[in-house]
Parts: sequence; structure tokens; C-alpha cells
Amino acid sequence: MSIKLEHVTYLYGQGTVYEKYALKDINLEIKKGDFIGIAGHTGSGKSTLIQHLNGLEKATSGKITYDGQDIYAKDFDLDGLRMKVGLTFQYPEYQLFEATVFEDVCFGPKNQKLPKEEIERRAREALQLVGFPEELYEKSPFQLSGGQKRRVAIAGVLAMQPDYLILDEPAAGLDPIGRTEILEQIKKLHEEKGIAVILVSHSMEELAKYVDRMIVMNQGEKVFDDTPKKVFSHYKELEKIGLSAPAITYVMEELKQRGFPVRTDFLTIEEAKEEILKVLSRKSKEGNNA
Amino acid sequence: MSMIKIKDVIYEYLRKNELGEVEETVQAVDGVTIDIEKGEIVAILGHNGSGKSTLAKHLNGILKPTKGAIYIKEMDTKDEKYLLDIRQTTGMVFQNPDNQIIGTVVEEDVAFGPENLGIPTSEIWERVEKSLEAVHMTAYREHSPNKLSGGQKQRIAIAGVVAMEPECIVLDEPTAMLDPVGRKDVLDAVMELNEKKNITIILITHNMDEVVFADKVYVMDHGKVVLKGTPREIFSNVEVMKQYGLEVPVATELAYWLKKEGIDISTNILTKEELVEQLCQLN
Repeated sequence: MSIKLEHVTYLYGQGTVYEKYALKDINLEIKKGDFIGIAGHTGSGKSTLIQHLNGLEKATSGKITYDGQDIYAKDFDLDGLRMKVGLTFQYPEYQLFEATVFEDVCFGPKNQKLPKEEIERRAREALQLVGFPEELYEKSPFQLSGGQKRRVAIAGVLAMQPDYLILDEPAAGLDPIGRTEILEQIKKLHEEKGIAVILVSHSMEELAKYVDRMIVMNQGEKVFDDTPKKVFSHYKELEKIGLSAPAITYVMEELKQRGFPVRTDFLTIEEAKEEILKVLSRKSKEGNNA
Repeated sequence: MSMIKIKDVIYEYLRKNELGEVEETVQAVDGVTIDIEKGEIVAILGHNGSGKSTLAKHLNGILKPTKGAIYIKEMDTKDEKYLLDIRQTTGMVFQNPDNQIIGTVVEEDVAFGPENLGIPTSEIWERVEKSLEAVHMTAYREHSPNKLSGGQKQRIAIAGVVAMEPECIVLDEPTAMLDPVGRKDVLDAVMELNEKKNITIILITHNMDEVVFADKVYVMDHGKVVLKGTPREIFSNVEVMKQYGLEVPVATELAYWLKKEGIDISTNILTKEELVEQLCQLN
């Protein structure tokens, strides 16, 4: 089970003065069960990339297969693909439109032409999966807080029971608590339901903390595709393309440069703390022995 | 004379159901008093729904207090006759750059404000030029805004405000939608305006690393100011900040955890340089 991109190129404004490669020769395989992060500065091609994964954009050249089937083939079921590969855009709360939360979440499965009981069962399950409180099901989505609206929007995609969930900046604009809540929920979905998650984010901290594999885009090209730890070890190159490492990496680098013998490949405060404690206790032992 | 005086401000709104019946009265701002001096950088922190944006909208008269009063250079925002003066004194920049740009060419967009002030054409162009220069966007003056990145658009929005020559700029989460580079560019532009033109800055944010540069910080929760002080005073209280649903800068947090493990380190740390300095002394 996988989504596979081979030599995918997307050119926009073809034949005009604005002609530009949004994607350039992308090779990529996303397997069921992956938890992938995509980073890249504004205009790097990450949004164009994710819109190819469920066939919303059609590559200028190259091939995309879903479980081995060419998604550009004439007889390929693109509608079916969009149910299997769910996508939420940035600020998904602007896409809510029904009168109640529950109806909004029902919209996807309704379009799948499922029986009414099944639609409602799925909507209920999806709302439970994102931790949305039941007493608010009949509220208008516009009365909810920002974090709750996000949950409803994500539930709307989950109700179609996708195998892949693509989230474009799901935590952007939320406060620290809202961010943590929504990301933990996504992590849980990945762990418990085995849904592959593709997370687009500007926050290096978020990527460092949650994803197993990180893809970095720059000017339409894939420049890194590795574990966060390995990718962030190239932080100088990341800076050149408008990104950075998590803030903690810089603290550790600075320490090392000042002669404090720490390893620097840590991505969370917790790990950094342990490393500093280790170095300090080693020092105090040496001091005692001398 | 203070630049902005917020005095015992209460702002109430009514939450209505589908039938238009009042369900409850919400006090979005609940008895806030803040004095802001000319040239200060003031940060207002708080989680979503804490009332900080509602308060910000009071600072150029978009909203009027239910009780209490707001004075911009001694002009009462409730007095209609001052409204134009107030809006010229205090400029606003919001979160989403796409909602703030109206011109089809960058320079036209920046000129929109001063045009509405009825300023002679030659001076408008002068102001546009200076404003674009102030945010380092001169090279883009003849571009179409829709081809710019988020950070660039946000700097255009700031230039549009600067062109009205305000004494004070209120920025409501101006970097929330930007990538790291865009964030830094916008923040640098704002700091420079403060430094070079002595423009008073009020920055509303929940990005703690942006607050480090402020002269004063106010933390809001449930419509009230619950903490105030310098960034150092505010952030040294890691547990209290967490209780209000906020974070502290990475260096502060690391120092906090090390201290908890019995390491002899100050919790009064804000930057990575300070943290490294202290740790190197221990080593």
C-alpha cells in the first residue's frame, strides 16, 4: 500500500512570462502507516505537492500511482482516491458551512452515497476520534473556538475513513495549548487507527517532536528526505533555504562551541536536559577523583 | 503625556442563539488598566479567547469600551470628533496579510492610506517611498502583491500603515501565518521602526520568542491582566505561565528544568547566550 510519485514535475503559467516550476522531478513514496512532515518556506512547492497526492492537481509530466494503479489512467476512480487520501487545507475552519457540527461532518460520507445510519455512525466516530465533546454536536460550527473548529474540519475528512490524512498547517494560529491538543490528537489517530499522516508545518519544533520522516522542499525540488534528526543536522543548509533547526539545537551548538562537551543532535528540551546533566555529572565525578 | 491610556476598561458583548435571543453576556475585556508611553514596545500575551485582540481593537476606536475609557494622546476614543485623528495616530496590522491588501500594485496599496488623508500627490509618493524603504520592500514597489510571500505581504501592510505616519502601531499576531524567515523579517522591520522613528509598538502574540524584545509585557487571561512586568520578570515564572496556557522561551524552559534537577542555575534567563554563559561557568 503506497502512494508513489515518479519524476513528477508541475509547471504553472506554462507559455506565459510567469512560467515557473512548482515541482521539479519529484520522486517519493509514502507508505500506509507513515508519519511524514513536509517543510519548506512559502512558495517552495509544498502545497502543490500535497495537492498532487490526491489528484487535485495534475502533474505536467511524471507518474503517480496509488497501490500500483496509475491515477492518471482513464479508468482510474479519482473520486475514490479523494476519499482514501483526505486533505485539509490551511485554516480549514473557513471550509465549515453546515448549520450544525454534526451535519458538517456528515457531508463527506453523504457524498459517498452511504446509507443514513452508516453516515451518522461514521460522523459520530470521527468526532469522537478528534476528541470533540458530544454536547456540542448540535451547535453551529461558527460558535466554536478556533481549536474546536479545526477538530470539526478534520473530523469531516476522517468521516470518509481515509487511509492517508494530509494536514496543511493544522496548528497554525492556535495558542500553545490548542496546538498541543490538536497535534496529540493527530498522533493518536496515527497510532490507534494506523492512518498515514502527512503534516505540513512551518514549526520546526512540531516536526521534530512528531514526525518519523521529514521531507524538505525548496524551489519545487525535494532537498531532504530523512529522519528529523538527520535533516536537522544540516541546519546551516536549512537556514539558507529559509528554514531553521528547532531552537534547542542552537542552544546545544552554542554550548559545544564554547567548549562545553555536549552532543548536539537533540531535538527536544527533555533530551537536551538529560545530555547537559550527563556532562555535568561526569565533570563532577572527574573533579572528585582528581 | 502618555501615548495610550487604558483605564478600567470593560467590554461586554451579547451572545445570541439562532432566534436572536440573548444567551449570555460575555465580558471579553474585564477591568483592564494599562499606561503606554511614547516609544515603548509593549507585548500583550494570552491564549486564544483571553481578550487580547478585543482589547487591541479598542486602541484605534474600532471597538468602544462598555465601561471605562481609552485615551490616545488624551483623545477619548468614545468622542466621534477625534476618530480620524485617533486612526491617524494609531495604525493597525492584523494577522492575515491577504485581508489587508487592496491595491493591485504594491505602491498603490501603500499609497491608499495617505490618499485618504487628503495629502498632496507629491507628498504621497514621498511617503510611499520612505515607507517601503523602512520595511526593505522598495525593490517590489511595482510588483503585484499577489505574487509576494506572506512575510513580504505583511511588510507591505506595515508600510501602508507607516505611510500614514502614525505615532503608534498595534500589531495583532502579525507573524502567525508566516514561515520562520517571514517572521524574522517582519519582526526586524517592526523593531527598526521603533528604533529609528520612535514609533510606539504594541505587539499581540503568543510567540514567546517575539516578546523578549519588549519593554513591558502584559499577560491576559479571561479578559483580565493577570501578570505584568519586564520579559525577564514574566518568564522567570515558568509554572505560572504554563498555568495560563503559555510557553516561555526555550532557554528559559531549559534553565527551569535544569534547576529542578538541582543544577545551580538562575531561572532569570531569557536568551541562549545567557544560558550558555551560566552553564560554561558550571563546567
